[in-house]
Formats: sequence, structure tokens, C-alpha cells
Amino acid sequence: MEQGRKMVEVMNFNFFYGHAQCLKNISFDIAAHQVTSIIGPSGCGKSTFLRCLNRMNDLIPSARMEGSIKIDGQDISAPGLDVVSLRKKVGMVFQKPNPFPKSIFDNVAYGLRINGTVDKHIGDKVEESLKNAVLWDEVKSRLHESALSLSGGQQQRLCVARALAIAPEIVLMDEPASALDPVATAKLEELIIRLKQKYTIIIVTHNMQQAARISDMTAFFMQGDLVEFGLTNQIFTRPKKQITEEYITGRFG
Amino acid sequence: MKSSDIKQFLGLNALRLCMAVVLLILFVIFYDIISKGAGKISWAFLSQPPRNGMTEGGIFPAIVGTFCVTVITAVFAIPFGVGCAIYLNEYAKDSWITRAIRMAIRNLSGVPSIVYGLFGVVLFVNMMQFGTCILSAGLTLGLMTLPWTITASEEALKSIPNAYREGSLALGATKWQAIRTNVLPYAVPGMLTGSILGLARAAGETAPILFTGAAFSLPILPSSVKDQFMALPYHLYIMSTQHQAIVKVRPIAYGTALVLIALVFFMNFGAVVLRYHLRKQKKD
Repeated sequence: MEQGRKMVEVMNFNFFYGHAQCLKNISFDIAAHQVTSIIGPSGCGKSTFLRCLNRMNDLIPSARMEGSIKIDGQDISAPGLDVVSLRKKVGMVFQKPNPFPKSIFDNVAYGLRINGTVDKHIGDKVEESLKNAVLWDEVKSRLHESALSLSGGQQQRLCVARALAIAPEIVLMDEPASALDPVATAKLEELIIRLKQKYTIIIVTHNMQQAARISDMTAFFMQGDLVEFGLTNQIFTRPKKQITEEYITGRFG
Repeated sequence: MKSSDIKQFLGLNALRLCMAVVLLILFVIFYDIISKGAGKISWAFLSQPPRNGMTEGGIFPAIVGTFCVTVITAVFAIPFGVGCAIYLNEYAKDSWITRAIRMAIRNLSGVPSIVYGLFGVVLFVNMMQFGTCILSAGLTLGLMTLPWTITASEEALKSIPNAYREGSLALGATKWQAIRTNVLPYAVPGMLTGSILGLARAAGETAPILFTGAAFSLPILPSSVKDQFMALPYHLYIMSTQHQAIVKVRPIAYGTALVLIALVFFMNFGAVVLRYHLRKQKKD
């Protein structure tokens, strides 16, 4: 088992929106086949960090990065990097479920089709992805209905299935449960824990209990700094820094 | 009554009055045209050419001419308009240059149509040597319609949630793949509607075709895009101001006006129906 292998290596990483520095000298490593949570108060840079990992921030004209992030040994902040192949390797699930207004089947097939998968393999891969996202049993009889007819929780698991279909190594999740009710959240969390056998999961969450429930490692960000990074268990029971303790005990944030 | 109530009463009724005046004007125009033009409408009027120095017969060549020229306009204005809109909304960075381009486009839609007409004479008829013909007139109307199609298409693209773009990019789509597969299909209804409204306006214009290809009267239908043509708005202009037997042909003028208004109305109505259907299709 390749557990413990470094999947993401962040070295002296800085990120700017125009003149505002949003991430300050971040350095830490994320291991393969683990769930790593990124927690912190609003505006701490946790989503920004996540979106650096698949270069989604490229869409913002004034964004600029310094330092390095290596994924599987490859520096992704290098200017000449092939962003498209990076994004195939690093999938993403967004905060608000964003199924496309197509059928359930076509949603999952979307990434396969744009990547040129031949038609006869698509059906199997869609089924496999939906099974991996624990959604198959709920939708197998209505694959050709609109994805918008699903409940919020189902939509989010569909977005997970869609991300899994193109066989990424890492799945980024940006507060994936923030728009879901407790039952749907519980299902999604269960799914996340299952997924780490096959994928490396990095999840940004507002919800500290959620981080404690599902993640192996936790990083606490505040105002652009990585305050503390360690085993989830240790961060939540014996934080090293005063401010971490104040945050996780709910004294602010 | 309290003074605030009185103000409320006056304010509301002032607004109602404005509305009533506008509706009244519209009603008078429609009533005038329909009451005087409806009697003229018959199959013969729609399907026959003018006869006896345009004092009898129908307006068939003008209907055909307007149709042909509108097709040329659409073929030119829709692809270029949509293309510009995609570039501006999806690719162009927000800089003073793109803002200036946008402002220029907005301003173009306010340029008087006679200016387009004269520009069309210089560019298409003379410089490009197309002569006075359907092609020159259609392209001139196309230029005039472009600002409309660009603006409508850009609005349609703007209304597509960013989540569709991001969701697609995050799955390893290139920018163009994301736009083509996950933005354009949902923007088409808005683009088409806006474009048809622009075309309907173009179909009713006289000034841009006046010097670029519309003919006073033609005994035969045009056989190629390099032929001159008769057009409804120009025919109406002639029948109501240029004809030697102006009183005698007045019913023909009213009939022509009614057909022209009906045409524009059906195009607009068609645009609304089309948008409704495409939207419904996407939702299912």
C-alpha cells in the first residue's frame, strides 16, 4: 500500500489577488489516501488554497502565485504546466451542487466525453462512478431524467460521481455539505471516508465536527497563515497553539 | 383625506395617465392601419405583382424581396454577432479596451439608419463592387443589426451561471470545450430571441436599403443575390409619397403597411414562442 506517500507538497507558497496577499508562506505535505481537512474562519484563505491545487484561480485575472506546489512530484505552479491534464488528475466538488442541466447519465458522462472516451465504454464507467459515489441504487431506474430533479444531497453525490468518472487521483471538496441537510450530510461524509481507499481527499469545511469526524489530518488556516497542521485527533484534543484551541472550542470564528 | 393619501392618489393616477396615453397612440395607429388596410388583404394581393403602373395588383415581389434581404441579414449578423459576443463575454479580459469596444457597440445601435445606408453604398455597392442588389442591402442591414445581436448574445451568455463553466473546467475541459458544450447550448434561446428581434427591426427599415438595392418597381422576381429587389417598407414609402396617383393607391399603401406590421409582429411573436420552447426543452 502506498499510504504515507506524499501526494501534495506545498513549499513556501504565497498567493495574491492583485496587491492583497491571501496565502502567506504556506508549507506542508498531504499524504496519499487520506482525508485532509482544511478548517478556519471565513476569509482565512482555505478555499483559495484549495482552488490553487487545480489552478481554478487562473480564472481570476489578478491572481498571482509564488513558491511551489508539487502534486505527485510535479510543480503545478510552473507557468507552462498543462492545466487541462492537471484538472483531470485533481477533481473538484464545489460548495453548491452544480449539476449541469442534462440527464443524470449525461452529467457523469460529461467528463468522459470531453476527454474522448469511446461511446461503448461510457455506460460502464458511468455505472461504476455512480456506484463509487453510492448513488447508483437511487438513480439506476431513471438515468435519463434531468439531474435537476434530484434532491440536493443526491445532486452533490452526482457531482462526486461526475468528478470520479474521469479517474482523478485527488478529489478536492469545497465545503461540499454546506448546502445539505443533516441526513444528506451524513451520507456524503460516509462516502468521503469510503473514497479515501482509492483517492486522496482534501476537503475545506466550516464545520469543525465534520472535520473531526471524517479526516485523518487537519490544517488550520487563519488570515492567510497556516497556523497548525497535524493529526486530526491531536489538533482537536491537544492543539499546540493557543489560537487553534480558541478556534476549535468556538471562542471565535 | 390625509395629504400623504392625496399624493399617493395623484402619483398613481399620473402614472396611469402616462400608460393610457401610450396605449391610446398605439391603438390609434393600429386602428387606422387595420381599418383601412384590412379590406385590401386578399390572396390575390399577397400573391400577385403590381399592375398598371402600380395602381392595381398586389405586393408579392415586395414580400419576396423583404424575405430574401432578411435572410442575407441573418446569415451575416447572427454568426458574427454571436462570435463577437462569445469573444467579449468569455475570452476578453476586462480592460479599458474591451470597455471601449462595448461602448462603441452600444453606440452603433444608436446610429441613424440612413448613415448605415450611405455607408453601405460606399462599402458594398462601390468599393466591393457588389452593385445595388439584395446582397449589398442585406449586408447593410446586417451591419445595422450587429450591435443588437452582439448585445443580445452577450446578455444571454452572461445569464449562464459561472458554475457551468467552472464545473466543466474542473473536469478537464479546455476553455473552448467548456463554452461549446456547457455554455452555448444554454445561451442559444436568448441569443436567437435577441437576434430575431433585431432582424424584425431590420426587415422594417427603409433608409439602409434605399440606395443599396431596393427598386421602385420590378416586373420579375430577383433570381440571384446580385439582383435588385422590391421591399415592403420601400414599397410603402413609394405608395404613400412618391406615386403619381397618390390618392388612388392609398388602399394599397395601407394594405402594405398592414402586411409589414403583421410580418414584424409574427417575427417577434415567433421569437417569444421559440424561446419558450427551447427553455422548456432544456428543463425536461
